[in-house]
Amino acid sequence: MSASKEKYTEAQYLEVDQYEPKTQSGRIANYVDTRVGGTNIVREFGRKVFPDHWTFMFGEVALYSFIITVLSGAFLTFWFDPSMSTTRYSGSYAPLQGLEMSMAYATALELSFDVRGGLFMRQLHHWGALLFVLAMSVHMLRVFFTGAFRKPRELNWVVGCSLLILGLGAGFTGYSLPDEVLSGNGLRIIDGMLKAVPVVGTYISFFLFGGEFPGNEVIPRLYSLHIFIIPALILILIAVHLFMVVVHKHTQYPGPGRTERNVVGYPVGPVYAAKAGGFFFIVLGILCFIAGTFQINALWNYGPYDPSPVQAGAQPDWYIGPFEGVLRLMPGYLGDFSLEWVIPTPWGGNSLALPVLIPMLPVAAIFLGMFVWPWIEAWITGDKKEHHLLDRPRNAPTRTAFGAAVVTNYLIMWGMGSNDLIATHFGLSLNDITYWSRVLFFLGPVIAYILTKRICLALQRKDREVALHGHEAGVIEVSPEGEFHERHKMPSEYELWTLVSYEAPEPSGPQPNAKGKVTLTEKIRARLNRIWFEDRVEPVSREEYLEALEHHGHDHETTGLEAAQSQESVTSGKPHGHDPHGH
Amino acid sequence: MKALSQKRRHPFAFVALLLLGLLLTGGLYAAATTVNQAQATNTASEYDDEQVDEGERLFVANCATCHGMNAEGTDAGPSLVGVGAASVEFQVGTGRMPMQMQGPQAQQKPPQFNEEQTTQMAAYVASLGAGPAVPDDEYLDMEAGDPARGGELFRINCAMCHNAAGAGGALTEGKYAPSLHGVEPVHVYTAMTTGPQNMPVFSDSNIPPEDKRDIIAFLQTYEQQGTPGGFSLGFLGPVSEGLLIWTLGLALLIGSMVWLTSRSS
Repeated sequence: MSASKEKYTEAQYLEVDQYEPKTQSGRIANYVDTRVGGTNIVREFGRKVFPDHWTFMFGEVALYSFIITVLSGAFLTFWFDPSMSTTRYSGSYAPLQGLEMSMAYATALELSFDVRGGLFMRQLHHWGALLFVLAMSVHMLRVFFTGAFRKPRELNWVVGCSLLILGLGAGFTGYSLPDEVLSGNGLRIIDGMLKAVPVVGTYISFFLFGGEFPGNEVIPRLYSLHIFIIPALILILIAVHLFMVVVHKHTQYPGPGRTERNVVGYPVGPVYAAKAGGFFFIVLGILCFIAGTFQINALWNYGPYDPSPVQAGAQPDWYIGPFEGVLRLMPGYLGDFSLEWVIPTPWGGNSLALPVLIPMLPVAAIFLGMFVWPWIEAWITGDKKEHHLLDRPRNAPTRTAFGAAVVTNYLIMWGMGSNDLIATHFGLSLNDITYWSRVLFFLGPVIAYILTKRICLALQRKDREVALHGHEAGVIEVSPEGEFHERHKMPSEYELWTLVSYEAPEPSGPQPNAKGKVTLTEKIRARLNRIWFEDRVEPVSREEYLEALEHHGHDHETTGLEAAQSQESVTSGKPHGHDPHGH
Repeated sequence: MKALSQKRRHPFAFVALLLLGLLLTGGLYAAATTVNQAQATNTASEYDDEQVDEGERLFVANCATCHGMNAEGTDAGPSLVGVGAASVEFQVGTGRMPMQMQGPQAQQKPPQFNEEQTTQMAAYVASLGAGPAVPDDEYLDMEAGDPARGGELFRINCAMCHNAAGAGGALTEGKYAPSLHGVEPVHVYTAMTTGPQNMPVFSDSNIPPEDKRDIIAFLQTYEQQGTPGGFSLGFLGPVSEGLLIWTLGLALLIGSMVWLTSRSS
């Protein structure tokens, strides 16, 4: 803004001050503008350029589904009473009439059956929550596999990870509120996990539940977390997240004219403002369609909470699935060896519930590893540069393979969360599913890593092949000598850009530090660096490309029309992005 | 008393004591089981001889291969002496018997015998020994039952295997608790009294006939009310909900995203 101040003279300022709009709407607009400073806001943000790609819109979906969830949640708070005091149900759902239940459950039933539009809003809220976490997850997968978390966006990645964790928290606290048997089972698992913490576990559980589980404190406590603390934190972090997106500018996929120094796309005003505004209503429409058509959390089935029964098919919402699954995966005994230990203490011993504690390690490793990944990767690769151009996943084979391995691990745990339903619906034995999943838990990620890496390298080689020799046109030609050829169609300039503009550094080897010593950490880093980079497909260089063109020129003089054209434009000396080493 | 204390080290004292103990426990057990039987039964008296004879013919032709010529059981199938008419009503009436193939448990299929034939076989099996009888109609009348109480009993006794909405669930080694949707009241009742496949027996001393009627009333009410919130997604709860949002939800979103960004790219 300081630069623009110097541009205006006193007379110009006066002109602006004394400006009198002619129409009434003009006067209103001017009144608001002079007091709110809309011009500056539009100038600053309205011209912000965003690149266009469908995969960039998952974050937007997350934001919109959060807004929809907040709005529908606000509606629910008008009727829902988060109290564990008991009442006798007298609402209109016959199979529960006359039963003793908590106010929380009774008002959740009231919302479902006796408030006009209440069931729809409840379903919209719940489906919105599922979509919120889904959109965040897919968004994060996109960011991970395209390398958008790299410098300078590491901190924003951390903000995103925190948002995901908060999303899980918001979801779980909401899932627990209606106080029926299903949500009570979920809370009982949390209680069990807390109590599994050695020595202090029981105390933590007593603090949370205000005494022995279930107590009569936990629902009001979860309610303040659910409607106040967690949403407030999410809102703050969303603001930080978006602010940082504006500061860093959006990343873009490699393509014609796109460099590390620019952003190619459309400005917010009017294109993106219209698109994003419209997209909000598309998301709202999709959610309303689903909420109006598909029943979710039929809480009247489960009955008022009672600690004794556990019902078949009791599962958490999808995003807590891996936590549930890993508990189902974990054996309590290895052969005859019990995993439940007792630590001898002066007051008689504390039990160490390893079957509950060990399963938490892989889940914790995934979620914590997520937070520090940008630094781990930068440390291994030794990459200190800024990155605004995204990687195509194939062009970062090791990262893609590692990501696929972690996703596979997650999927196994996730699938195990529904092992009973897999058993009944696919006619399998529950025990077999569990045994195989135990094997696949360790083996699956390894297979996924190897396969993904090979697929990435193969795709890179294919890209190289296309860049140098063109696409197979599917036309077989016979030369007068009787030789068969397949005609190749050279890629267009635009396609070529995407195919060749990436980097594939070679392993860098251990570097001595300032004192000239190669430390042990450095040796480990160098080893990981070698694993990271040793399988590589060199991007096509300008020399190679020219040579290939020349080769084609001699080979198929009659068919090399496209080749000749592209050769012309390349040799005419215009600056192109074909050569990644050029910039 | 003196004689007793003197003789307690007699070589046969131990044997005598053992015999006494065995007699006592055996006698008590016999008494206890007859009491139970008396509660649970109806004998063949309610069927006429003609039905029993016809039932035997059907039995020999269709069931004896596995259950033995006199229903005494073979390696392939259990003895049917004392299983009662209710077992036949459930197993044959739901098509589980004759069994389609050996497996973790008998699969339901369209019944192979009509009602008359089923009753005749039930009569034959009831004539073999006392066992649970087919319930009177008064215990199957959902109008007389209390669905709220039935729902509570269902959630305490049945929902851990059959799911809170009666959609069924998995058991170990390929066994499962089937869905209860569309099951006839008489089959719900007889399943409770006989404990078919892997189901425990809920005898009348455990759940009295009136309570069984309440459970049936709950299941019927539940089925008739439909699903207030739209498609039920199989009554499976969060798993099918998660599946829907990851398939239909995500597909609709990606479709609209691609559409929104298609013009410029």
